[in-house]
Amino acid sequence: MTADPKRAPAVTVQHVSKYFRTPDEAAHTLKERVLHPLSRRGHRDFEALRDVSFEVAQGEFFGIVGRNGSGKSTLLKCIAGIYGVNDGRMFRNGRMATFIELGVGFNPDLAAYDNVVLNGIMMGLTATEAKARYRRVIEFAELEDFQDLKLKNYSSGMHVRLAFSVAIQVDADILLIDEVLAVGDAAFQQKCFDVFNRLRDEGKTILFVTHDMSSVNRFCHRAMLLHHGEMLAIGDSAEIGDRYLELNFDAQATAARKEGTRAGDGKARVVEAWLEDETGERQTYFLQGTRTTFRGVVEFFEKVEDPSLTVAFQNEIGINVCIVTTIIDHEHTGTYHPGERAKFSVTFDNVLGPGRYQPLANLAHRGGGHDLIDRWEKQLSFVVGSARATGGLVDVAYEWTIEQNSDSRPVASSA
Amino acid sequence: MATTIDYGEAIKGPSAFSGGFRRSFTLAAAIARTDFKLRFFGSALGYLWQLMRPLMLFGVLYLVFTKIVHVSAGNHYPVALLLGIVLFTFYGEATGGSVTSVMDRENMVRKIHFPRMVIPVAVVMLASFNLALNLVVVFIFALVSGVEPSLSWLGLLPLLLILIVFTSGIAMLLSALYIRYRDVQPIWEVVMQITFYASLVLIPYETIRTTHPRVASVLVCNPLAAVLQEARHLVVDPAWVSTSTALGGEVRLLVPFGITVATFLLGLWVFNREAPRIAEEL
Repeated sequence: MTADPKRAPAVTVQHVSKYFRTPDEAAHTLKERVLHPLSRRGHRDFEALRDVSFEVAQGEFFGIVGRNGSGKSTLLKCIAGIYGVNDGRMFRNGRMATFIELGVGFNPDLAAYDNVVLNGIMMGLTATEAKARYRRVIEFAELEDFQDLKLKNYSSGMHVRLAFSVAIQVDADILLIDEVLAVGDAAFQQKCFDVFNRLRDEGKTILFVTHDMSSVNRFCHRAMLLHHGEMLAIGDSAEIGDRYLELNFDAQATAARKEGTRAGDGKARVVEAWLEDETGERQTYFLQGTRTTFRGVVEFFEKVEDPSLTVAFQNEIGINVCIVTTIIDHEHTGTYHPGERAKFSVTFDNVLGPGRYQPLANLAHRGGGHDLIDRWEKQLSFVVGSARATGGLVDVAYEWTIEQNSDSRPVASSA
Repeated sequence: MATTIDYGEAIKGPSAFSGGFRRSFTLAAAIARTDFKLRFFGSALGYLWQLMRPLMLFGVLYLVFTKIVHVSAGNHYPVALLLGIVLFTFYGEATGGSVTSVMDRENMVRKIHFPRMVIPVAVVMLASFNLALNLVVVFIFALVSGVEPSLSWLGLLPLLLILIVFTSGIAMLLSALYIRYRDVQPIWEVVMQITFYASLVLIPYETIRTTHPRVASVLVCNPLAAVLQEARHLVVDPAWVSTSTALGGEVRLLVPFGITVATFLLGLWVFNREAPRIAEEL
């Protein structure tokens, strides 16, 4: 979806920068001030946002993604007017409502009615509007039978339902939503998704801050990626989702590298091994579904005939999710002499489920692979990322065919 | 490129009054109403306690100072004492409650955009409501004690307005300062103790004047004392000297009045200056 040039953008952010001032020594009491009246407190400026500019068109569902501490919530709070900015300008077209957290300002000692009305007034409704809204809120939350109960007697699920219902029943044109989907059970989340779809179809403008790439892909027309307060990328949500996963897991993969133990008789040694992507670049992060190559070098110290090589990819809990080996279909690997080096590579379609993996390579004498020459393990780890997490160990390519039973009669309408 | 793109309304940061005066008022009233409901939730006698508190304080002080110590004071001293206690209770409740008010609503301040000013204003509103009900008790007590009802009672209304303005100024000042300096709370408790005795609540102006005329006229410069003295003059008995007489001239009324306006403006200025940063400093 592209911005309609004739209509003004719903939200415009121009060169916005935001600093947080963190004092070197927090002087919170008067005594500290009195003892050091002249010394101005030293402080550091923490740059939470640096020169961020973007526009969100009216009716657009816009995702803001980034790692923890990237400044995305700060950005949302600036747009909402909760924080002032140090530099730059922002504009909006239409009424705006902010949901940084569900049920802000709910008081456990009050019944639903008081909480809903107060919350509505806080959100900018007049008292009359807030009262009129109450019925819709309570119906959507399916809490008609529990209206008179004090909020502290609600189950956490009821609490969340009420809070979400309050949030979405506000008559705003622009909604700022921060990770509210992190709560609730699957059924409730589905309800949230339905609401999001409805809001999107109604042409509301939504700015949505999240970690969850699948919801970005599912709802957002466009997205932006924040990293250390800077806008790294903006564009199509699928593309931004991929960039985010790369950013997120690259750091983890390098950090998790550990020294492994070697085993075997040592007649040869796996000198080095690594993974490559489709273009032949060494990587530690792979997108699911791409061709991935495991490549390495073996050096021989004594004469070895037809050694076998087995490579296993272990996930984080140590399960061999898949194993590739020369033992079964590549029995004759050749005869190697002392001082000789051999290169190997194995290429596969990466169907591994999203997560971190460690490759393990066993070099063995001819036979069943039990007579070890060298074991190469825990030398590196890599991450497979995917915008869709099915929860399966592997994700194979599949096609659905769904045929509605042609025998069944259509449901009687008004015949 | 077109030079005149209409980007719509500029988004401003948080402030004391964002969203207009009307909205601020609605919101403050809603918060005050909620707090009122909360305060009396779960107590058997509910609102009676709000009325009992000043009455019980009155009972103790009355016994001690008229039966034991013998404060010789003007006509209807008990009524004057109760009136003083009720007005001072308002002042104490509003300012004492305002200190931590913004901090107590931390969660809201950090997550919702609303005019920050409504928080201390709501505290003063609630206290004003309680004051109104307490005054009903005062008037009943006055009538029972034989005070003649008179039109001059209406003069209490502008006095209350002055008192509320002064109290609001302090409330804004305290709630804004507390965010930066936690010392405000203990300091204010001590200040309140001192103010109680400096506000002519217990020992009337007339009594102090006989021994320390200078001290007496300085004390009346305190807006609280000035309001109280005038209220006694208008409500209890004209025999209680009016504030202008106590100050020695109507022109000198400008002193307590000036202090009131200055306090209000100072509170407004400080709160307004702090408002944009409250969400970050909490």
